[in-house]
Amino acid sequence: MKVIFKTSYDRDIDLHKDGWARARIVALVAVMAALPFLVGEYYLAEATNTLIWALAGMGLMLLVGHSGQVSLGHAAFLAIGAYTDTALMNAGLPFVVTFPAAALAAGLFGALVAIPAVRMSGIYLAIATLALFVIVEEMIIIAEPITGGVGGIMAPAIQIAGIDFDRYGQLDRFYWLCLAVVVAVTWAYANLLRSPTGRSFLAVRDSEVSARALGINVTRTRALAFGLSCAMTGLAGALMGHYIAFFNYELFSIFISINLLLVVTIGGLGFIQGAFFGAILITAVPQAITILRGVARDSLGVDIGGMPGLDTMLFAMILIGFIIYEPTGLYGRWLKIKAWVELFPLARRDMFRRQKSYLKTERQK
Amino acid sequence: MSLLEVEDLAIHFGGVKAVDGVSFAVAPGEVFSIIGPNGAGKSTIFNLISRIYAPTRGTIRFNGRDITGLQAHQVAPLGIARTFQNIELFDHSTVLDNLLMGRHVHRSTNFIQDMLFLPAVRRAERAHRHRVEEVMEFLELEAYREKMIAGLPYGVRKVVEIGRALAVGPELILLDEPASGLSVEESQDVAFWIEDMRRDMGLTVLMVEHDMRLVSQVSDRVLAVANGKPLAQGTPSQVQADPGVQAAYLGTEVAQ
Amino acid sequence: MDLIQLLVGGVATGCVYGLVALGFVLIYKATEGVNFAQGDMMMLGAFIALGLVNSDHLGLAFIPGVALAAVLMGGVGYGIDRFVVRQIFGQPQFALVILTIALGFVLRFIAGSIWGYSPLVLETPFAGRNLSMGGVNISLADIVTILVTALLTVALWGFFAYTRIGLAAQAASQNQMAAYIVGVPVRRINSIIWALSGMVATVAGVLYASKGAIDPNIGLLGIKAFAAAVIGGFGSLPGALLGGILIGVVEPLAARYLPGGFSQMSPYIIMLAVLVTRPNGLFAQMHAKKV
Ligand SMILES: Nc1ncnc2c1ncn2[C@@H]1O[C@H](COP(=O)(O)OP(=O)(O)OP(=O)(O)O)[C@@H](O)[C@H]1O
Ligand SMILES: [Mg+2]
Repeated sequence: MKVIFKTSYDRDIDLHKDGWARARIVALVAVMAALPFLVGEYYLAEATNTLIWALAGMGLMLLVGHSGQVSLGHAAFLAIGAYTDTALMNAGLPFVVTFPAAALAAGLFGALVAIPAVRMSGIYLAIATLALFVIVEEMIIIAEPITGGVGGIMAPAIQIAGIDFDRYGQLDRFYWLCLAVVVAVTWAYANLLRSPTGRSFLAVRDSEVSARALGINVTRTRALAFGLSCAMTGLAGALMGHYIAFFNYELFSIFISINLLLVVTIGGLGFIQGAFFGAILITAVPQAITILRGVARDSLGVDIGGMPGLDTMLFAMILIGFIIYEPTGLYGRWLKIKAWVELFPLARRDMFRRQKSYLKTERQK
Repeated sequence: MSLLEVEDLAIHFGGVKAVDGVSFAVAPGEVFSIIGPNGAGKSTIFNLISRIYAPTRGTIRFNGRDITGLQAHQVAPLGIARTFQNIELFDHSTVLDNLLMGRHVHRSTNFIQDMLFLPAVRRAERAHRHRVEEVMEFLELEAYREKMIAGLPYGVRKVVEIGRALAVGPELILLDEPASGLSVEESQDVAFWIEDMRRDMGLTVLMVEHDMRLVSQVSDRVLAVANGKPLAQGTPSQVQADPGVQAAYLGTEVAQ
Repeated sequence: MDLIQLLVGGVATGCVYGLVALGFVLIYKATEGVNFAQGDMMMLGAFIALGLVNSDHLGLAFIPGVALAAVLMGGVGYGIDRFVVRQIFGQPQFALVILTIALGFVLRFIAGSIWGYSPLVLETPFAGRNLSMGGVNISLADIVTILVTALLTVALWGFFAYTRIGLAAQAASQNQMAAYIVGVPVRRINSIIWALSGMVATVAGVLYASKGAIDPNIGLLGIKAFAAAVIGGFGSLPGALLGGILIGVVEPLAARYLPGGFSQMSPYIIMLAVLVTRPNGLFAQMHAKKV
């Protein structure tokens, strides 16, 4: 009896439900690893960009999707990651030191500001993070000796154990580096979610008062979630710095914060996979627009190149559509399609109809 | 010695004296119920014990220790678990995960170990899971193990609340209207569970309940409150016979 | 003497922040939602006024033009609530945050497509004129801004205190559920409040435009207005206005007396200080959820 129990617990505790699920993940990673042999330079660069966005997206997903806190200023932590990494490298430290340092700096800074911020309820936190973003942006401009100020800063080429990972010279290696980081972070993130730490995040997200009654220190839990989220985002920021190679504060604009929110919301809040779906979308749409522009110009003779802000506008429309019609995001839609296919002859039209929820009010009277 | 001692407890919300000078003591292994009309301050007493509210006056002692100055999250580790009247479950998690969240006070690993999922984490997870399975078996929740809370019927959710509190492995469990909104059969289950908690698990139960049948069936002693003030204390039949208590209930019925 | 000029200018700028903040607070009070597109509504209002008033556009007279712009923006606000925001009734607050941020981008795109992205100047009867009193030069635009803001505040107060809709909106803001049950048409009131905040945004936009050029990105000023609303406590109309004025005054002072960069940061530093010390603002009281 005991023995049977044990094996069945382990099956639930394991990351993958069965060998099949594990095999699929392995296959996916293998294909990703083989990408440099399959596609050209241009698409490899895009894939790298997507990976970096997915990494940053996971950072925000942990915060918004799994601990229920909104940040409108996550670009600030991308910036902290990028500048820490670059500044330390410029000071002569190797990437293997500066890269973790970027995570540490962003994470510590995040956790530190989170301690007062987590006492605020939803909307205040959102606004506070927005304010924090503006402050960080100004600080970057002021701290010119370290950050290059308005002029910008050059991210040195990466070298690990004598091997070059230069973004321009050795794009395939840089891609593999990003892939390795993303795989490692995804693994750690998934581990977190199946352990007490992850459960405490979900508890705080869904019912603060219950969480307290179960002995969860809400402030500390939120600060931890904030710190971990910022650390992941910091890693992404460091990679982004190397990817762009020469950057100034404008790389981390408010629009980046918003795009990150878009990644997690459209991708599917509350699912790690959502960050990847969202990252693919956000890097693919500008591509699609570029292609569309080409087509419109060549075959129709229409020039829509003169419409700045078109991609932002498209993102915004997509976002509105998702929030209204598919709040569970792309990944949620994907799950539904999967379920529908599996149940095919039995699936009903209203199977996923949303339940009407009462107007939730946080006020008491 | 009493397990829980509440002395001259009071809290005022602006002008409302929600609880005003309530004292009682619960002995180990006892089932102690608090009754009273709507708005009497029963849930508020629970919220004071679990330190969600800070009392205006009075002390709460658990196992002889003054817990009045603790923070809300410091109460559960001492061995006090509770349920909520209006169900406060983690709606977007499964029943299993909700119960596992109840094991928080017993966690032995930190977030770095968790991220790397070291063998210690797996071992601890197995142990938590084992304990949670026992609770599920006790409350017959196995059929709902993998179900999301959001889609569950009300009656099941009430039971999950009890399960989550039991998963904490407390000495004292506070049940806020465990039977409200349940069918007669379901209430009967609750009555049996309470008896089992006391007899087999050695738990002490402090309960708020309106269903007088359930109260008299399981309680050793009862405290009646109205308008935040204590009315009577004693065995269920003594309290029911108390003229002040009858007047209080009558009063609210007339008022309604 | 300079200082007085600086202060008057600060108060006037602060009035614009305050009016945008007022727009947030109106919607927040009535619907518990935060409209992150309020700054962009201000921007659109300014552009619509410009399109109606400027001589190289429609060339209407100033006052009727602005009034018409306000009415149009009222329609925009109403429409946004009726056709977009209402769709997510009952979803968590976060959804509305994202939704309105996205709406802001849409509004910005619309304005950019119609009026372009280079700065334009609204023709106002009081542009560039100064009043001098005892050696102090004060721009007429500043005076008008302060007066109009004061008038508008009184009008809004009157609206909530005396009109049927205003009273109903107050009831709805106390408790939507209860108001709904006793028959207050909560949804329609929400839409009306959105319309009202669109109109307030227009006034703010026109006042803003009277002090300088406008382009589709001026909506980012909304972030500062947020700071104002938070300092004021988010639930309080006079608080929002005072918060705005505080910020408006501190900014130029910081620019003058503190090293560079502090002026831009000052609104947010004040706001964070308020949030940390009084997480619910200077003028609001704490509401905890009851269990
Ligand atoms: N956080 C709070 N702020 C203001 N008043 C409160 C708060 N919590 C409770 N009250 C008031 O205290 C009084 C007692 O409420 P309580 O919830 O304890 O009643 P109860 O006895 O549990 O009633 P019921 O049987 O309906 O659950 C009520 O008048 C209630 O409005
Ligand atoms: Mg109660």
